[in-house]
Amino acid sequence: MQDNTKQEIDSEKQSEDIIKLNGVHKWYGEFHVLKNINLSVQQGERIVICGPSGSGKSTMIRCINRLEEHQQGQIIVDGVELTNDLKHIEKIRREVGICFQHFNLFPHLTVMENLTLAPIWVRKVSKEDAEKIGMEYLERVKIPEQADKFPGQLSGGQQQRVAIARSLCMNPKIMLFDEPTSALDPEMIKEVLDTMIELAETGMTMLCVTHEMGFAKTVANRVIFMDEGEIIEANEPHKFFDNPEHERTKLFLSQILAH
Amino acid sequence: MADIKNSADLSPPSEIIGPLAWLRSNLFSSPLNSISTLIGLYIVYALFIPVIDWAFVSADWLGNNKDACSLKGACWVFVIQRLDFFIYGFYPDAEYWRVNIIFVLLALLIMPQMVEKAPYKRFSGWFFLTGFPIIAGVLLLGGILGLEPVSTDKWGGLLLTLVISFVGIIAALPLGVLLALGRRSKMPAIRIICTAFIELWRGVPLISVLFMASVMLPLFLPDGANFNKLLRALIGIVMFQSAYMAEVIRGGLQAIPKGQYEAAASLGLGYWKSMSLIILPQALKLVIPGIVNTFIALFKDTTLVLIIGLFDLLQTVNSAIVDPNWPQVSTEGFVFAGFVFWIFCFSMSRYSIALERKLDTGHKR
Repeated sequence: MQDNTKQEIDSEKQSEDIIKLNGVHKWYGEFHVLKNINLSVQQGERIVICGPSGSGKSTMIRCINRLEEHQQGQIIVDGVELTNDLKHIEKIRREVGICFQHFNLFPHLTVMENLTLAPIWVRKVSKEDAEKIGMEYLERVKIPEQADKFPGQLSGGQQQRVAIARSLCMNPKIMLFDEPTSALDPEMIKEVLDTMIELAETGMTMLCVTHEMGFAKTVANRVIFMDEGEIIEANEPHKFFDNPEHERTKLFLSQILAH
Repeated sequence: MADIKNSADLSPPSEIIGPLAWLRSNLFSSPLNSISTLIGLYIVYALFIPVIDWAFVSADWLGNNKDACSLKGACWVFVIQRLDFFIYGFYPDAEYWRVNIIFVLLALLIMPQMVEKAPYKRFSGWFFLTGFPIIAGVLLLGGILGLEPVSTDKWGGLLLTLVISFVGIIAALPLGVLLALGRRSKMPAIRIICTAFIELWRGVPLISVLFMASVMLPLFLPDGANFNKLLRALIGIVMFQSAYMAEVIRGGLQAIPKGQYEAAASLGLGYWKSMSLIILPQALKLVIPGIVNTFIALFKDTTLVLIIGLFDLLQTVNSAIVDPNWPQVSTEGFVFAGFVFWIFCFSMSRYSIALERKLDTGHKR
C-alpha cells in the first residue's frame, strides 16, 4: 500500500520534470568540459550549483538555453528537446530566463526599454501592456524610480535587479542564474540575493550557479557540487553542508567556508 | 557633541581662472614660451594679412565681366558671374526652379535633424531617406507630370556633386551594414561571397572602377543595352563605398561584447531582431566617426567622376577658368570650389560630433 503511494508520487514527479539532462557531454575543442551530466529538475525546484572555477557549472546551465551547444546526450526543457532546430531553441529561450554575471543590460536603451523590448518584439505584447508589466516587476525588484534612466547610470546591484526583472517580464517558467553576485561590490550582494529569495518564494524553478552558501542553505532544495566537468555530489542543503560524502566536496567546502 | 560640518565651497583664487590666467599659464609661462608666442603671432600676422587683403580688402565683387576686376585682389566677379554654371551645370535655365525646390527641401529636411527637439523629427528623418529621393528624382529627371525631361548629361556642378554623394551615402550605408553582417555570418557561402565582394572592391582604385563602369562595361553589354552614364557611375561608387563602409561597421560589430549577443538571444530574439534592435544600434553608434569619415571621403571622391566626363562642381570650375573671357581666375575658382567642399565636409563632421554626444548614454566602462 505504502509502496503504491510512493510509486504514484514518483510517477507524478516524473511528469513534472521540467528540465532533463541525459548523459550530456560537451567539448571545447579538445577539452572535455562536461562529462556525462545527468540531472532532472522538477517544477518549482531551486537548485544551487557550486564548484571550483573551470568545473563546467556555468557551461552546464548555459546549455539549458542553448547559449552553449552540447555535443552528446539529450537536453529536454519543458517537454522540448534542444536540437539544432532554431524553432525549438527560440521556443525554449522564451520560457527560460537567464541572469548573467555581468548583467548584460542593453546600454543604449533605458531601463524600461530594456524590460519591454522582448515582450514587445517576441511575445507581441502591446507597448502599454509591456510597460505595465515592466513597472510591476520594477516595483518587485524595488527600483521603480529608475525606469527612465540608462543602465550606465545605475549601481551594479540595481543593474542586476533590472536584469532579473528583464528576464521575468518574459514570464519564464525557469530562471537560470550564472554567478549573479560575483561581479558586485559586497554591499550590493544582499539586495540581489533578497530579490532572488523573493523570487524563490513565488515558486519559480531556479538554477543558480553561485558561491553564496548562505543563499544555498536558506533557499535551495538541492545543492549540486561539480568538479572537472562532472556532478560529484547532489544533496539537500543540510546534508550537503553538514555531511558531505565526497572528499572533493569536503575540500571545496573547507576552502570556501574557511574564512 | 562635535558636529562634523561640511565647509562651504570657495571660489578658486583669481590667479588660476579667467582669461588673464589662461594667457599667463599657456602662452607666457616662461621667457622661452613668451618668445615663441610672439614669433608665432608674427607668423600668423605675416601670413594672414596678405590673404585677407587678397580675399576681401582688394577684392572686386561687383560687375559683369573681366574689366570689373582690378587684378589687385581676388576677382570674385568671375565666381559670381559663373555661379549658375557652378551650381546647376548645363541644366536648362528655365528649369532652375526644380533644382531650387530640391535645395530648399533638402535644407528644410536637414534642419530639424540639427535641432535637439524639433517637431516631426522622426517623420522628417524617414521622409529624407525615402520620400525625398523620389521627389528629387522626379523633379530632376522630369518627363512626367508635365515636367520637361532633362537628360542626366545636363546635370552638373554642385547639383551633380550632391546627387552623387547623396545617392552614394544613402545606398552605401545599408549595403555596408548587410555586407558587414554577411562577413561575420556563420553560413560559409554568405561569408565567402561578402568577403570576396568587399576585398574585390576595396582592392581597386575608385578611378579604375569609374573607368570600368563607363568604358569597359558597355563593351560587354549587348548592342543597344546601353544604360545611363550617371547611373553606371553611381553603381560603381555605391559598390566601392559600401565595401569600405562594411569594414568600418564590422569594426563596430566586433567591439560589442559577447554578452550583448547572449542577452538578446536568451530573451528569445531571433537573428534579425537582435541585430537590428540590440547590436547594430550600439555598433553603429561606436563607429559614427568612421562612418562620417567614409561619407566625407565619398563626398570628395565625387570629383573623380570628371574622368568619365561628368561635370561635378570641381569640373565646372575647371572648365570655366579656361574661358578666354576671364584670364587669371584659376585661384579664385579653386578657392571657391575648395570653400564649398569644406563647408559641406565640415558640416558633416560637426553633425557627427553632435550626434555622438546626443547618443551617448553614459555606458562607457
